[in-house]
Amino acid sequence: MDSSRTRIVLDDSDIARAIRRLSHEIVESAKGADELVILGIPTRGVALATRIRDAIADIEGHSVPTGALDITLYRDDLRLRPARALEPTSIPPEGIDDRIVVLVDDVLFSGRTVRAALDALNDIGRPRAVRLAVLVDRGHRELPIRPDFVGKNLPTAVGEQVRVSLVEIDGSDSVTIRDEESA
Amino acid sequence: MKHLLSAGDLDRDQAITILDTAAELAALTDRSVKKLPTLRGRTVVNLFFEDSTRTRISFEVAAKRLSADVINFAAKGSSVSKGESLKDTALTLEAMGADAVVIRHNLSGAPHRLATAGWIGGSVVNAGDGTHEHPTQALLDAFTMRKHLRDGTGDLEGVRVGIVGDVLHSRVARSNVLLLRTLGAQVTLVAPPTLLPLGVETWPCDVSYDIDSVLPRLDAIMMLRVQGERMHDAYFPSALEYSRLYGLDSARMSTLPDHAVILHPGPMNRGMEISADVADSPRALMVEQVANGVSVRMAVLYLLLGGMKEND
Amino acid sequence: MPIVLRGARPYGEDAADIVIADGLIVEIAPVGSASGEVIDCEGLVALPGFVDLHTHLREPGREDAETVESGSRAAALGGYTCVHAMANTSPVADTAGVVEQVWRLGERTGLVDVRPVGAVTVGLAGERMAEIGAMANSEAQVRVFSDDGKCVHDAALMRRALEYVKAFDGVVAQHAQEPRLTENAQMNEGILSGQLGLTGWPAVAEEAIIARDVLLAQHVDSRLHVCHVSTAGSVEVIRWAKSRGVNVTAEVCPHHLILTEDLVASYDPIYKVNPPLRTAADIEALRGALGDGTIDAIATDHAPHPHEDKDCEWGAAAFGMLGLETAFSIAMKTMIEPGLLDWRGLADRMSVAPARIGRVREQGHELAVGSIANIALVDPSATRVISSDRLASKSRNTPYASMELPGAVVHVLYGGNLTVRDGALA
Repeated sequence: MDSSRTRIVLDDSDIARAIRRLSHEIVESAKGADELVILGIPTRGVALATRIRDAIADIEGHSVPTGALDITLYRDDLRLRPARALEPTSIPPEGIDDRIVVLVDDVLFSGRTVRAALDALNDIGRPRAVRLAVLVDRGHRELPIRPDFVGKNLPTAVGEQVRVSLVEIDGSDSVTIRDEESA
Repeated sequence: MKHLLSAGDLDRDQAITILDTAAELAALTDRSVKKLPTLRGRTVVNLFFEDSTRTRISFEVAAKRLSADVINFAAKGSSVSKGESLKDTALTLEAMGADAVVIRHNLSGAPHRLATAGWIGGSVVNAGDGTHEHPTQALLDAFTMRKHLRDGTGDLEGVRVGIVGDVLHSRVARSNVLLLRTLGAQVTLVAPPTLLPLGVETWPCDVSYDIDSVLPRLDAIMMLRVQGERMHDAYFPSALEYSRLYGLDSARMSTLPDHAVILHPGPMNRGMEISADVADSPRALMVEQVANGVSVRMAVLYLLLGGMKEND
Repeated sequence: MPIVLRGARPYGEDAADIVIADGLIVEIAPVGSASGEVIDCEGLVALPGFVDLHTHLREPGREDAETVESGSRAAALGGYTCVHAMANTSPVADTAGVVEQVWRLGERTGLVDVRPVGAVTVGLAGERMAEIGAMANSEAQVRVFSDDGKCVHDAALMRRALEYVKAFDGVVAQHAQEPRLTENAQMNEGILSGQLGLTGWPAVAEEAIIARDVLLAQHVDSRLHVCHVSTAGSVEVIRWAKSRGVNVTAEVCPHHLILTEDLVASYDPIYKVNPPLRTAADIEALRGALGDGTIDAIATDHAPHPHEDKDCEWGAAAFGMLGLETAFSIAMKTMIEPGLLDWRGLADRMSVAPARIGRVREQGHELAVGSIANIALVDPSATRVISSDRLASKSRNTPYASMELPGAVVHVLYGGNLTVRDGALA
């Protein structure tokens, strides 16, 4: 990798601040945490969901049901790319019926992942509302989907690569952009 | 990989990917809406030249839970029994646009031939061929053992498995020996010498003629179906003698370690290779094997039709 | 006008002009000295025309697979001037009528000497002896009797057949296959058959019959020929029998000299054959035995099958492979190139010995003045890639498709007439 073409857009303290702010906004919009269920979309969305749960626990004093929602089997590009192993799906025992489900992902791009997640949710139950929280919104949507909570809006070119690294998975926290030529 | 013809085609990572995927699928379909949209618009053909309602239904349920269109093409009541060749049948299925053909055949190697002769372009899944292999059965057996003996994750390193019965004619035994070895288990085949194939000493497993010496050190025991007709071909003197020497009854079961589980690929000959009380004991996992079969076959269809990564 | 084979090298020895007239070799002269219709044979080895003891011409009954005519063409192109047409036709060649019909079809085609083989038992059923005497005394003058495809497994019947053929100087050519040990057998029994789940064909099923038959032949002082020997153990039994003076001869097929059972792992029925492909150790033993004369002859077991009988599952496919048009090349590759046989040795195994075993007086002659001019001229320096589409046989089931093999048959004379010229039918 040519490091001169990779730049850091968020460092660890930026990410920590973004998550705190997101968490506050989520609690505010739901008027408390009692009805919330947080579902991370694997892989990094799950780690982010856990951090948001911990931040909300700090704010509200109690923990919010949190889980993971793998959307692989609902993807619309299964014919186009090799099949991949599934990530765990874990729905909190409380279920999602009549809850406010907050989907958490690291990067919002085309919107197709979120579309798949909405389909997956549909097969699990009937939430009162579904919200979307992302760490980075990099634009270029291909579907009419918009986030409710955004850590950082990041204008990018289509060919650029946005990479989110998290301690739980990658050993450190950062968000970087890499030029298409160096990809 | 495109086809699943032999359990030996799978390396350790691929086998574990299938088992892990099956585990996730089992959880996903353990809910009110059992259906997934994954294979919507795809066509899976069950091409059965040999009667096996159990296996056919298992594949059918698996494909339907993934929203595939399923065509059942059975030898009985179709052109196959009128002497239409495998080739012509294959060409017909190809013209219908089959994405995957699940084939059960009484002749060893028929799935291999279907996959390699250039008759069809889709994936081929071996659902049991002659006395050769039955890879999805081995996968569901491994899945079941892993769940009970290894908390449902990773491989089967160090697990000691006994496979007892008509190894010579058993496609289940062949596939299990290959897959269990790949997953790190230690397999011991137990059978009278007449029901072991020539060259079995070169297989990656141990061989014993004495079930009683093997039982106390097993984590899992798999009893193979033994057909009574075999005795007419002088493989053993009588059903009674076979049952006495190699059948699993409650006295023998009591010599198994407490944690050991009992499997059988079905259909069972109660009173022959397994006594009724053993078959109905809580340690016997036959019913669970059937349920796991659906999950494993879903995983196989999903991964094959999605084009699972090739061996590096 | 005499034919002059200019510059041919008899048995690979010094080049000469071989002059042919009235169906005979009339002169062997220094190169360039003879005159007549000159055929350029520079660089070509002259051998007595090959004699095949084991050919399936399929006529009557399976003319979709081969006919006497198409099989004769394939034989001529392979360097043969005589073939023995096996009896397992439909109807079976178990009467004088059927063998005479086949013989006449051969005469009419006129490309090779077609010698019908008579069945040992009626309908190849292994129960009652066929009318061996009537076939021997027919126009076809049958001398070789075989139930090939099936084994004469009844020991008493085999004994009687061995005795009975003595009256006609005949020979029983046994397809050595113990039937109970080979029920539904699909391939050589060994580690691979166990892995592939294909019913095994143990070597002992062949060897046990050969052992029994050599002892029977000794006991009744008759002549036994063993078809398509395929195992190292069979070689040992035959070697032992010959050392004891038993009047036994044996043949080996080209494919058993070169192809191993490993090919079966493809489940491609092109490799399905009876007896089955065996192991590399068997190949080595067979080559050695053919080299030292324990095995007397190469016989093709040319077994044409229509495409649909091979384009199917292994278990549903027919047994057998083509051989006439590739036998010489396989013999060159497996016997000449490794130095196991010289050209005289090859001439013996492919012409002289089979003619002697079949009691064909007009074939297998020394290339010498006065001999009948049955001659194959082969180019040892040529190589060719086998294409199943370019075979004269009506069938396509060659296991050598797209293989490169050494040697080529260039010209063939049968009874003094050119049947093949420049690698094509004359």
